[in-house]
Amino acid sequence: MRLPESGAATAAPALEPLLFELARDGRAGRHVRGAENADALIPAEFRRREPLRLPQLTEPQVVRHYMHLSEINYSVDTGMYPLGSCTMKYNPKVNDRVAALPGFAEIHPRQDDATVQGALALLWELEQLLVKVTGMDAVTLQPAAGAHAEFTAMLVFKAYHASRGDGGTRRRVIVPDSAHGTNPASAAMCGFEVTTVKSDARGNIDLDALKAALGPDVVGLMLTNPNTLGLFEERVRAVCDAVHAVGGLVYGDGANMNALLGLVRPGDLGLDCIHINVHKTFSTPHGGGGPGAGPLCVKERLRPFLPSPGIVREADGTFRRSSDDRPRSVGRVRSFFGSFGVLVRAYAYMRTLGDGGMVETSEDAILAANYLAARLRGRYELAYDRPCMHEFVLSAAAQKKKGAAALDIAKALIDEGFHPSSVYFPLIVPEAMMIEPTETEPKETLDAFADALLRIADRVDSDAASLHEAPLTAPLRRLDEVTAARHPVLRWKSPS
Amino acid sequence: MNRNPYSPHTDADRRDMLAAIGVSSVDDLLGAIPSDARRPALGLPQGMSEAEVQAHLASLAARNRPAGAGPFFLGGPVQRRYIPAAVPALAFRGEFLTAYTPYQPEISQGTLQSIFEYQSLLSELLAMDVVNSSMYEGASAVAEAALMAVRVTGRKRVVVATDVYFQYRETLRTYARGPELEIVEVPTRDLASSAAGVACLIVQHPDALGTLVDVRRIADAAHAAGALLVQVTEPHACALLEPPGKLGADIVVGEGQPLGIPMSFGGPYLGIIACRDALVRQMPGRIVGETRDANGMRGFVNTLQTREQHIRREKATSNICTNEAIAAIVASVYLALMGPEGLRAAARLGVERAHRLAERLAAVPGCGIGNDGAFFDRFLLTTPLGEEAVHAALRAEGIEGGGVAGRDGYTGRRGLIVQCTEMTTDAEMDALVRALGSTVAGAREKVTAR
Amino acid sequence: MSVPDDLRYSKEHEWVRVDGDIATVGITHFAQEQLGDVVFVELPGQGSAVKQFASLGVVESVKAASDVYAPISGEITERNMKVIEKPELVNQEPYGNGWLVKVRVADKGEVGKLLSPADYRAHIGETAPSGA
Repeated sequence: MRLPESGAATAAPALEPLLFELARDGRAGRHVRGAENADALIPAEFRRREPLRLPQLTEPQVVRHYMHLSEINYSVDTGMYPLGSCTMKYNPKVNDRVAALPGFAEIHPRQDDATVQGALALLWELEQLLVKVTGMDAVTLQPAAGAHAEFTAMLVFKAYHASRGDGGTRRRVIVPDSAHGTNPASAAMCGFEVTTVKSDARGNIDLDALKAALGPDVVGLMLTNPNTLGLFEERVRAVCDAVHAVGGLVYGDGANMNALLGLVRPGDLGLDCIHINVHKTFSTPHGGGGPGAGPLCVKERLRPFLPSPGIVREADGTFRRSSDDRPRSVGRVRSFFGSFGVLVRAYAYMRTLGDGGMVETSEDAILAANYLAARLRGRYELAYDRPCMHEFVLSAAAQKKKGAAALDIAKALIDEGFHPSSVYFPLIVPEAMMIEPTETEPKETLDAFADALLRIADRVDSDAASLHEAPLTAPLRRLDEVTAARHPVLRWKSPS
Repeated sequence: MNRNPYSPHTDADRRDMLAAIGVSSVDDLLGAIPSDARRPALGLPQGMSEAEVQAHLASLAARNRPAGAGPFFLGGPVQRRYIPAAVPALAFRGEFLTAYTPYQPEISQGTLQSIFEYQSLLSELLAMDVVNSSMYEGASAVAEAALMAVRVTGRKRVVVATDVYFQYRETLRTYARGPELEIVEVPTRDLASSAAGVACLIVQHPDALGTLVDVRRIADAAHAAGALLVQVTEPHACALLEPPGKLGADIVVGEGQPLGIPMSFGGPYLGIIACRDALVRQMPGRIVGETRDANGMRGFVNTLQTREQHIRREKATSNICTNEAIAAIVASVYLALMGPEGLRAAARLGVERAHRLAERLAAVPGCGIGNDGAFFDRFLLTTPLGEEAVHAALRAEGIEGGGVAGRDGYTGRRGLIVQCTEMTTDAEMDALVRALGSTVAGAREKVTAR
Repeated sequence: MSVPDDLRYSKEHEWVRVDGDIATVGITHFAQEQLGDVVFVELPGQGSAVKQFASLGVVESVKAASDVYAPISGEITERNMKVIEKPELVNQEPYGNGWLVKVRVADKGEVGKLLSPADYRAHIGETAPSGA
C-alpha cells in the first residue's frame, strides 16, 4: 500500500489543526510527575530507544481544541437524527450521572463478589427486566454490542446442535435479503455458510423461498423483526415453525426492539433468543460509534451454553458470579462482565420508564413513524405501503430519474438543518431512504423535518442539479472518499 | 399525562397525528402482530421520577467498595490510573457522546478528526503503521488478531503463551470454536520453538505477571516460519519500553482502559489493534482517513470500508460494527493532556513503586518474587501460605491484595499478582507490608503452637 | 469504443485477448462504469493457477467489492503492477493500461465458451455495435 510522503497532510486549509500541529516541545501538561530516575530499574535492553513523539500541549490548548471539534459535530443533543435502524433517541443525562458514581465507576472487575454486591444486584435485576420484556428465560450480559451478541448466539447454536449430535452436519444459516450486514458476517465468523432468502411483495420473508432453503443441514434463521423495512413479519410464527420443523433455531436480531416494548414479546412468537442493543432500545448514548452493549436473551434450552460466568442470587439475598447454570458454556466472549457502564445507564432508563412508560415508548415511536410516512406519502414513494412500526423506507428512485439521487437528498437535508436519514439500506430497495424519527422528537420537529423533505422534493422537480452541490452550509462540503481509499492517509506523520 | 417522562407528545398532538395517519388508535397500526400475543402484561415495576432513580442507583452504588476505599493492588489489563479532570469534561460532551457513527462526514468532523488523532497518537506510541478506530476491549481484540493472522497465512493453528492474560486466552478459545482453529498454549520460553506451521505466535510483554519478555527473538522465529507475531501490550509500558513496532510485531493488541477510562467493573473499555501497512486490508473494524472536501479543505472520512460487514457481508474481515469510539476519544484527550512526559511519569511511578514494594515484601520471611526475570509495574508475590489464604487474610484487613495467580490459570504459577501505578501511595504499601508480615507470622505461630 | 471487436468476453464482464499462448485479461468498460471509481485491485501473484470462471481477484470501489472471474484457465505470467499502484487505470483505460493479468493459456478450447463481441453487447443490453 502506498502512503503519501509526510508533509502533504499539512498543505490543505483545515477547520481545526491536529493536536500534533498545535504542539510545541516543552509545553507538556504534567498532570502527573515524579520518579524521574525509575528508568534505571528497567534493564537497558528493554528501554525505549524510539523517540516518543506525542504532542506537547497545555491544558487550555487541549480544551479549546476539543471545544472546536465539538462545534463541528452533529449529535442528538444538537438536533433530530432520523437514522433508520439506529434509534437515535434522546439520551437522558441522569443515566450518565449515575454511571459515573464512584461506587460504579471505580470498582475493578476482579474484586471479590462481597465488595461488589450493588453492581451484581443491578446486573441481576437488569437480567430480570430483560427476561420480562423479551419473554425469554435467561440472559448473558457479556456481549459488547449487537454484532457481538450475534456471534455469541451463533456459537451457542453450534454448541446446542453439537450437544444433540448433529453439530457436524448443520453448517448453513439462513439470512433474509433485508438483513443487516452483521448477520451474515457473524454467521461466517462462526464457520457457517450463509443462504440468503428473498423478501416477498409485502416486505415479509418469502415463506416458500424459506421452506425451499430449509433442510437438515440448517443451523437456524437470523430474523430481524420488525425487519429493516420497519415492517412486522406478518407470518412470524409460521416462519419460526418452519425453521423448528427441520431442527433449526431462530435467532432474533433485536436491533428494532424499540418498536415492540410492551406490545409483544419475541419469546411469545417462537423465537429462541434475541439480543438487545441497549444503545438503541434503552437510550444509552452511541458515542460516535460506540460503546454499546448487547445482552443476549435465550429460551431455557439454550441456557446451558451461554457465556460464563453468569450471576446467581443466593437464598440470603446476596449475589455471586457463577457458571453453575451453564455447564456447557461456550466460554467467555470478552474479558470481565460486559459494558457495565452502559448497562447501568440502561437499567436506570428501564426503571425510569417502568411498565407504562415502556409501552408508551414503542407506541410513540410507531406513531411518529407512521405520521411522517403519512405526511410524505405522494411526494416520495413508500417502498412498502402498509402500516409500519418504528421506521419506514422511502425510495428516491423517482427523484433519481429527475437527476437527484438518495445521496443528494441526504446532503440537502443537511442544509435544511437535519441529520440525513439512512440511505442505500436496506439493499433491496433502490435509492433507499430509511427514516426512524424515534419517540422523543416533538410533533413540531417531525413537522419541520417533513416540511424540509417536501421542500427538497420541490427542488428536485424544479432544479435537481442544484442538489449536487449540497451541503453548502455544513462545516465541510462533500468529501473525496475516492482519493481517501486510493491513497490512504491513516495517521499524522511528522514532517521532519 | 405521559407515562414516559421523555415523551414529548400532548394528547392533542397524538390526536392530530392519528388523524393524519387516518386511524383512531395506535392499535390500528399493530394488525401484523398476532392478536393473542399483543400487549402482554410485562410485570415490570412502576416507573420512577429522576430523583427516585438517582437515589435508587446511589443506594446500589453504596453497596460496592470503590478502589479508593482501601489499599488497592489489583491490576492487570484494568488499572486504577489518575484521570485528569479535563478528560471527562471534554470527551463526554454531548456533541461527542450523543453522536452516531460518522456516516455523514460533512457534519461529523469532530468525531472523525478525534478518531484520526487517536489512530495517530497510538501509532506513535506503538511505533506501528496503522491503528484502527477501536475494538470492544483487549480480549476480543486478541481473538480478532488471531483471526486476522489466520486470514493472512491461511493456517489454522495459533500458539499463545501461558503468561498472556487468562481472560484473553479464554476469549481466544471461545472465538476459535467458530472457525475451528487449533489453539495451543505454551510457556513464553517455548514460543520461539513452536512456530512451525502456525498462523501466529501470541506473546505478551510485559506479561500477565509483569515480566519483561525478549519479543525480538520470538518475532524472528515466527517470521522464519512464515508466521506472524502478535504482541499483547499495555499503553503505559510502551512509554518506557521499546515499542512493539521496533520488536518485530506484525499485529499489536491491548487494553486501552488505562488511558483515562474508568474501571467500571469491566467496561466499556477500549480494544487497541494495530498492524503493519501490508496487512491493513485484513484489519477488522473502522478506519478513518484523511482527504479533502470539494473546496480543498482538509477533512476526514471512514475509509477502506470494503473490508467491513455492511459492504462485504459474509466475506467481511469481521462482524464488528459498533465499536468504542467515545473511549478512543477519551484516550486521545488523555494522551493530549498528559503529553510524553506525563505518560512517562505515570509509567515510571508504577515501576518505581512496584520495585520498592517488591523489595519490602520479599523481606517478609518466606516470601519472594516469582517472576522469571525483570518485571515492569507488577510482580508475582510468592508466599509460604496458600495464595487464597493470603488473599483472604488481606481482604479481611480491607486490602485488595492483587490477582490470585492460580485461580486465573497461569500454569504453574502460585501467588499474588501485585500491581502498582501512579495512584499507589506509601501508606497503601505500608499497609500491605504490615498485613502480609502479620499474616505470615500468625500462621507460623499457629504451626509452632501445634 | 465500449465493446471492442477483437476481444472475447465473459458474462461476468471480463474480457480476454489471446495472443499465442498468452491471454491478457481485464474488466469491460461496462463493468468499470457500473462499479464507479475503482480504488483497489487485488490480483494473484505470478505463477498462481487460475481456473475458467473461478475467482481471480477483486476490484473495489468506495462502497463495493466485486470478484473478478478468470475468463480462461492457466498460469499467471504477469500481473499489472501499474494498475495495483494506480487503480484509476481500470476506469480510464479498461482495455489498455487498465488490464489486470496475463495468463499462459492451458486450453485454447476454452475460448469457445466465451461470448463474441456481438453476444456480449446483447448481454449488456447494447443493441448495436459501438460506434454504429
